[in-house]
Amino acid sequence: MTETYGAEFLARWLTAAAEDVDREADRLTDLDSAIGDADHGANLKRGFAAVAETLAKEPPGTPGAVLTTAGRQLISTVGGASGPLYGTLLRSAGKALGDEERVGRERLAEAFGAGVEAVARLGGAQVGDKTMLDALVPAAEALRESFAAARAAAEEGALATVPLRARKGRASYLGERSVGHRDPGATSSALLFAALADTAAEEGEEG
Amino acid sequence: MGAEGAGPVGVVLVSHSAAVAAAVAELALGLAGGGEGPPPVLPAGGTPDGGLGTSSELIGAAARAVDRGAGVALLADLGSAVLTVKALLAEGDELPGNSRLVDAPFVEGAVAAVVTASAGGDLDAVVAAASEAYSYRKA
Repeated sequence: MTETYGAEFLARWLTAAAEDVDREADRLTDLDSAIGDADHGANLKRGFAAVAETLAKEPPGTPGAVLTTAGRQLISTVGGASGPLYGTLLRSAGKALGDEERVGRERLAEAFGAGVEAVARLGGAQVGDKTMLDALVPAAEALRESFAAARAAAEEGALATVPLRARKGRASYLGERSVGHRDPGATSSALLFAALADTAAEEGEEG
Repeated sequence: MGAEGAGPVGVVLVSHSAAVAAAVAELALGLAGGGEGPPPVLPAGGTPDGGLGTSSELIGAAARAVDRGAGVALLADLGSAVLTVKALLAEGDELPGNSRLVDAPFVEGAVAAVVTASAGGDLDAVVAAASEAYSYRKA
């Protein structure tokens, strides 16, 4: 039997993600101080805290609505490039889910696939540019297989950014000096997929 | 494309820095001179708490404030400023209907946009003038 997920599952995920981002904020900022402007941790912490608060106050009724609401919050509260990027990821994924009450994992994978494409269009980046896409693209793909596979693919993708030279964002101004550092955006993307896998595991099924 | 009787095109200058956005607005208005009087130009710089960054709130408020019915041209400086405007445009209801992100260098584009808007140019003309600023080579 195929497990399906409702609005409360996605809200639990994003709330868990907010806790993880809060716990890891200093690490994200440290990574960002090496090749960026040292605000990634604080920015995401503020954004996801706002997401968790909004979802708790007015829980949306469908998985799609949870994602679009969260996306909107990120765009309006983050203050750095990760706001519109993650906001677009969630909003586009939410739109792809439409009004469906419950969705299966494969449907989620499709929706995240659409979200990742929207992120790529917005930022004009592709895999290998040392951005969040290096984690998001393989993660969305692996989600077709399982939540655990998505988590592993995201982490692997984030780790694989270390030897890359940045081609987008502020880090790209550093050229060769961006090599040897793990990309903060890919790292936070891996955190999000780790939180998704944890939430699914708590749900009692790992499919 | 400006509707008959609609006021001048509005211009919003989105920068990571409140000081940069305000100074570029001042420069552009200063250089716009005569024409039909100064068009509505507003800076949307930095975060609401005065830090460096981009605020969708400030951008939305500025765009609504400069909207006189003839459209709003938004110019942005870097990274998140550009991405935030694009994300707001994709949102659909966050910015006035006839809002456009202009592909232009920030300072030169702002001057060209404001001069054109103050001369009564419509949104297409304002956008074209600002984009053309890219073609002026300095070396």
